[in-house]
Amino acid sequence: MSLTSGKSGLASGAELDHREIEAFLYEEAAMLDEWRLDDWFALFQEGGSYEVPQAGASDEANSSTNLFYISDNYFRLRHRVERLKKRGNHSEWPRSICSRMIGNVRLLDHDEGICKVASRFITHRSKNDVTDMFCGHHLYTLSFASGNFKIMAKRTQIDMNTLRPQGRISIIV
Amino acid sequence: MSVTDIDRRETRISPYIIDDRERGLFRVARKSFVDEDILTRERDRIFNRCWLYLGHESELSKANDFLTRNVGGKEVIFNRDRQGAFHAFMNTCPHRGAMVEREARGNALAFKCFYHGWAFNNNGKFATRMPPGTYPDDFNSDGCANLRSVPKLAEYRGFYFLNYDAGAVSLETYLADARSILDMLCDHGADGMEVIGGEQKYSIRANWKLLMENSYDGYHAIDTHGTYFEYLADAIGGAAEMPAETHVWNLQNGHAAIEGNAPWGRPVAKWIPAWGEDAKSEIAQIKRELVSRLGEEHANRIAMLGRNTGIFPNLVINDIMAVTIRTFYPLAPNNMNVSAWALGVKGESEGFRKRRLDNFLEFLGPGGFATPDDVEALESAQRGYAALDELAWNDISRGMLKPKFEATDEEQMRCFWREWSDRMEDRA
Repeated sequence: MSLTSGKSGLASGAELDHREIEAFLYEEAAMLDEWRLDDWFALFQEGGSYEVPQAGASDEANSSTNLFYISDNYFRLRHRVERLKKRGNHSEWPRSICSRMIGNVRLLDHDEGICKVASRFITHRSKNDVTDMFCGHHLYTLSFASGNFKIMAKRTQIDMNTLRPQGRISIIV
Repeated sequence: MSVTDIDRRETRISPYIIDDRERGLFRVARKSFVDEDILTRERDRIFNRCWLYLGHESELSKANDFLTRNVGGKEVIFNRDRQGAFHAFMNTCPHRGAMVEREARGNALAFKCFYHGWAFNNNGKFATRMPPGTYPDDFNSDGCANLRSVPKLAEYRGFYFLNYDAGAVSLETYLADARSILDMLCDHGADGMEVIGGEQKYSIRANWKLLMENSYDGYHAIDTHGTYFEYLADAIGGAAEMPAETHVWNLQNGHAAIEGNAPWGRPVAKWIPAWGEDAKSEIAQIKRELVSRLGEEHANRIAMLGRNTGIFPNLVINDIMAVTIRTFYPLAPNNMNVSAWALGVKGESEGFRKRRLDNFLEFLGPGGFATPDDVEALESAQRGYAALDELAWNDISRGMLKPKFEATDEEQMRCFWREWSDRMEDRA
């Protein structure tokens, strides 16, 4: 992915304001912190995907050859969200308390109504008197039209060398 | 493989288990999960004496390949030398202790300790020249400066194990009837199996034995994993019901397996409608190859039936909606490190590989629809054991008096616990 931030390659008429991208990402994080999960799922464009490769994987990791933690197509992502809301999702019932910090937001590329965006995150998840921390970076492919963003693909790269001690990714990181 | 017989041993009452054959009651002392002294004893009696899983031959495909791994709490180098021979060395410099290889994997003719520069050929031989007089002339005549080999290294059909006890029985003797499970796994493909996609390393804040119990526990599936089955029903377009007929196999020496048909698709070689017509013809072709190589009955068993297998003390091989190898080691009575891998058929198509990995991660692993709930259950049990003064025993009696055990009984766990208590009490 080339770093072309600042290049003027916007589709004609479209204005891509960096502050709007940040606002979108902050709002997305708030939806997850506040368990507004249906709202979060609605951010995805139909056919969108959500992936979490293994801790320490490169940005080039591919779910066809690498074993991921999560590689959701739109169908499985909908089920992931539905499952998160169920009492039978024991790992998240009672619900954990989460706090998502987003920073280092960068516009990596944009063309024809589609932009690639990266951010860094620190997510804390607290449950059963234990607070775990996840850190890494998110990679987004977003579509934007008339001031609205939709997520076409979201990839969460966990920048830790193992998932110890966290042990599980039962939340949307 | 032998059919599970009712073990003819006598009723036993020990500090660790109550095995009452007449009344059909089996109890495990909860202190087994929390007591530091018991963990110390486990390190000595179990992890330092049993065969422990090291890795799969496919992880070292070329001469000079190496990987580093913690096995039974100790750092190990698993590698191939210039001639391609397999070795396993303790990953600690014989000089002053630092790890001589700190990368997870690679290809190297030699290992060099970064601390003082001692170097070793990849067959373990000390390879540093020192000025004359630095050490006695006969220094290393006893091999004290070579990398220390693990006391025993052996493989069965590509699965490498080590043993820290130089006097241990052979791997084949130790594996006993568990060999038949590995045989069936290797028969999935004409060219055998390979580890695919990398290692999952995570941890669970619970005693290691709870993960062994959980990994072949047919009883917990419906209650713990109800949400997975709801997903599965939608994915396969029909009811996701667990099998009516199941088997429990006592594989001897504390090894056991459960076997049965299940509602999910299997990469080898059970098709579900959600995979589409292309996959259907591909799987039919795989099935034909299995039948021609192995015969109808054996091919059907391999293709259609899933098997959850526990190889004593800490190796799980679950051949279910995908194949996972899982091993784990206690850091403390209430904490374990887990390493898990996916196994696939050598030479399968890219589309098939993707389907296999998808099948794996939708149930298994830290982000699956099932494993996180197992982790929650194990950690919850561990918290419960703080009340062991008030409630000192777990009950593992389910189905104990039945003439034929089912996967939803707990006989497979009793196989584990009988071996475990025999070893802890020096009867094995």
